[in-house]
Amino acid sequence: MAYTEQELEKDLKDKEYEYGFYTDIKSDTLPPGLNEDIIIAISKKKNEPDWMTAWRLEAFKHWKTMTEPNWANVGYEKPDYQSISYYSAPSNQPKYDSLDEVDPELLDTFKKLGISIDEQKKLAGVAVDVVMDSVSVATTFKKTLAEKGIIFCSISEAIQEHPELVKKYIGSVVPPKDNFFAALNSAVFTDGSFCYIPKGVRCPMELSTYFRINQAGTGQFERTLVIAEESSYVSYLEGCTAPMRDENQLHAAVVELIALDNAEIKYSTVQNWFPGNKEGKGGVFNFVTKRGLCEKNAKISWTQVETGSAVTWKYPSCILKGDNSIGEFYSIALTNNFQQADTGTKMIHLGNNTKSTIISKGISAGRSQNSYRGLVKVSPRAKNARNFSQCDSLLMGNKCGAHTFPYIEVSNKTAQIEHEATTSKIGEDQIFYCNQRGIDTEKAIALIVNGFSKEVLNKLPMEFAVEAQKLLEISLEGSVG
Amino acid sequence: MKLKEKLLSSFMAFEENIDLENDIHNIRNEAIKYFETSGFPHRKQEAWKYTSLNAILKEDYSIFPKKEETIEYRDIKKYCIHDIDTYQIVFVDGIYASHLSQTTHDKFDACLMSSALNKAKYKPIIKKYFNKVAPQESLTALNTAFSYEGAYIKIPKGVAAEKPIQILNFSTGNEHALMIQPRNLIIAEDNAQVQIIERHHSLTDNAVLTNSVTEIFAGKNANVDYYKIQNDKITSSLIDNTYISQDRDSEVSMHTFSFGGKLTRNNLNFYQNGSNINSILKGVTIIEGKQHVDHNTLVHHRKPHCESHQDYKGIFAEKSTGVFNGKVLVDKIAQKTDAYQSNNNILIDDQATINSKPQLEIFADDVKCSHGCTIGQLDEEALFYMRSRGIPEKEARALLMYAFANNVLNSVKIPEIKKRITKQIALKIGVQLGFDL
Repeated sequence: MAYTEQELEKDLKDKEYEYGFYTDIKSDTLPPGLNEDIIIAISKKKNEPDWMTAWRLEAFKHWKTMTEPNWANVGYEKPDYQSISYYSAPSNQPKYDSLDEVDPELLDTFKKLGISIDEQKKLAGVAVDVVMDSVSVATTFKKTLAEKGIIFCSISEAIQEHPELVKKYIGSVVPPKDNFFAALNSAVFTDGSFCYIPKGVRCPMELSTYFRINQAGTGQFERTLVIAEESSYVSYLEGCTAPMRDENQLHAAVVELIALDNAEIKYSTVQNWFPGNKEGKGGVFNFVTKRGLCEKNAKISWTQVETGSAVTWKYPSCILKGDNSIGEFYSIALTNNFQQADTGTKMIHLGNNTKSTIISKGISAGRSQNSYRGLVKVSPRAKNARNFSQCDSLLMGNKCGAHTFPYIEVSNKTAQIEHEATTSKIGEDQIFYCNQRGIDTEKAIALIVNGFSKEVLNKLPMEFAVEAQKLLEISLEGSVG
Repeated sequence: MKLKEKLLSSFMAFEENIDLENDIHNIRNEAIKYFETSGFPHRKQEAWKYTSLNAILKEDYSIFPKKEETIEYRDIKKYCIHDIDTYQIVFVDGIYASHLSQTTHDKFDACLMSSALNKAKYKPIIKKYFNKVAPQESLTALNTAFSYEGAYIKIPKGVAAEKPIQILNFSTGNEHALMIQPRNLIIAEDNAQVQIIERHHSLTDNAVLTNSVTEIFAGKNANVDYYKIQNDKITSSLIDNTYISQDRDSEVSMHTFSFGGKLTRNNLNFYQNGSNINSILKGVTIIEGKQHVDHNTLVHHRKPHCESHQDYKGIFAEKSTGVFNGKVLVDKIAQKTDAYQSNNNILIDDQATINSKPQLEIFADDVKCSHGCTIGQLDEEALFYMRSRGIPEKEARALLMYAFANNVLNSVKIPEIKKRITKQIALKIGVQLGFDL
């Protein structure tokens, strides 16, 4: 039987969120609401020094004066920030020395996700800092890293043990007053990861963090800080899945990367949060501020595969401050059903001879809206800046939309900027060609989508590339093989 | 008094003095109300992000010139395309100058907006077309409120205008600063053909602000070929709002040549209301000093099987700034759309700036839409090639720039315009063309 487009469409519609389960672990949760007392309480719970509390309060003071932005090409019901609980931690603290002590239910969760810790320990050589509702509960491979002088821990631990580093760098790339969601995050962040690579060290393994949103009604406010000292290298992976929820969950994370002279940071994300059901009900709001700063000869490379979330609002950016620095952005954004994504990047060229590359692939299906919004800015003093941008969109069906909003601002004559964008659909003759050779329509679409995204998938580290394909598969039900 | 208040109070006086149909009165009143609430656009608005009107709104413009200044043909001769036979509709300080014009009512109408608005025989046409494609936007509404004079061109079914029509606006500098708001209405009925050349020019160094609105209706299989030449004095600013409604099988092409003026803003909007339509938007911008040129285009594909082609080239010297803000909107039903948008720029000096925002908004899946935007320098290898063959660097550069801009001229259908613009480009870039034009 021929697999028709209608059937495919139906299948896509009916595809339920595979990872929709909910782990029942007792949580230590603060009452909903946001005020100075809550922030002080969060800070106290985390046993933070005074400067940190003051920093949070300052951010909160500023947040109160800000209004939620609405310029993005997305429509959603604005969350009520007073009905969210801003702190939730699994109660089984303190930490475990070995996996045996970990709540078996939690381990079971990981098994369902296919990221069983013990397996990964053996096979992948990946240190996993598992974040379960805002607090780290398991960290592995710490010893190996410690030998190299690499610090990889939760940010609350870093605040306790390396306050000088945190104090110096936190908010240096994304200031607390940067935008509405960054200010909110700065005021209430509960946990996140901290990573420090000392001078001249090449991190021997891929560092990885799994974020999970678990407790109902808890917003996740992660704060990630990665510092690569001179001539160091690190590859950092971030992957996300969330259980099914009916009400919208808010996620406003901040990620700051600092690459000092000659350093290189590779930051990869696979995001597969609950996108809402096929009627567009529920799903995660993902409002993230990600930014990296490049000093001389430094390089920051963002790779992202966005398949989840009901609303995505995310622009991983590079500030190319040092001479000869390089910024890269590779993205696949896949939207289905009623998902909305407004994502892209900002490349700010400040130093001389800076280079940036933007490759963005948008795939829209169902009734989703997928936008690319990017800025390439060359300041008057940035000589010989070079940028290449390519934004391709693939539309599946005529109920979805693909949009491109590139902003190009150039004030230096030596700059060389190229931007190109195309929008297309899967050609009928392409599918016919495959059918003719015995490949059914479903597989043919998989083949074509895979080929379309290949440029970006290739940029992912090995460990992640497999998972990324799996996630594309989930979002486009079996059509990716 | 601020310009906005001045305009609002002038409106009362203006309305009392003219005797027009009720319908028009209503349209005007509605428009002024809209302008009163919206005010002038500012940089917080996305469409005006890169263009600020603050500097030009500071002037104390007079809204109506006090007396008529007579100018002779010799004063304006160099601004006309005089080597071909054309109809001419000439306005001096916003007022029709009959002794300089050559209008017609023979096979088609090429006359005045004021008479079209006032005379009973035009009533059904005005009712059908006037202010029908122009949306409520602050500057357009302002123009609508003060709409009185401009060109009115109507080509009936199946008629091809035998010679081009020139619309020329001159300002004499009789006033310290003058604001003029021409309103043009151009209707090409089914199978009609027309070529139009539009130009604004100031004859002195006093400040002039022109806020012009042109509505163009192209009927079935009609062909409209429109040229805007913007090469005004550095004291003049132009805000040009053009709205084009196209019916099936029609072709409208718009060439915009921006070489002068203090601030030039082109709001060019195409609405495709039938299938198999072709819309062509081309532009060459060559500016220097502190000039600012902003091209803001919209092509709205509303029906299937249509095409649009956009090609804008810009060369920016000294402290000039350029903006390209192009939008292609493809509706759900507009399948098989073929839309292309290209914007290429060269910055000559360190302080020149270009802000480009080519946007695609696509809701249909079976379309071919692409855009490209480049900002760069001249090809070093091409330069080297020419220098190795004895062409001095300065001239080699100029030749390359000339070739870059000249690309757009291929689609110009009136040879005299092509010749003039080619000369103008050569003059701007400072190249001595070694061949005859």
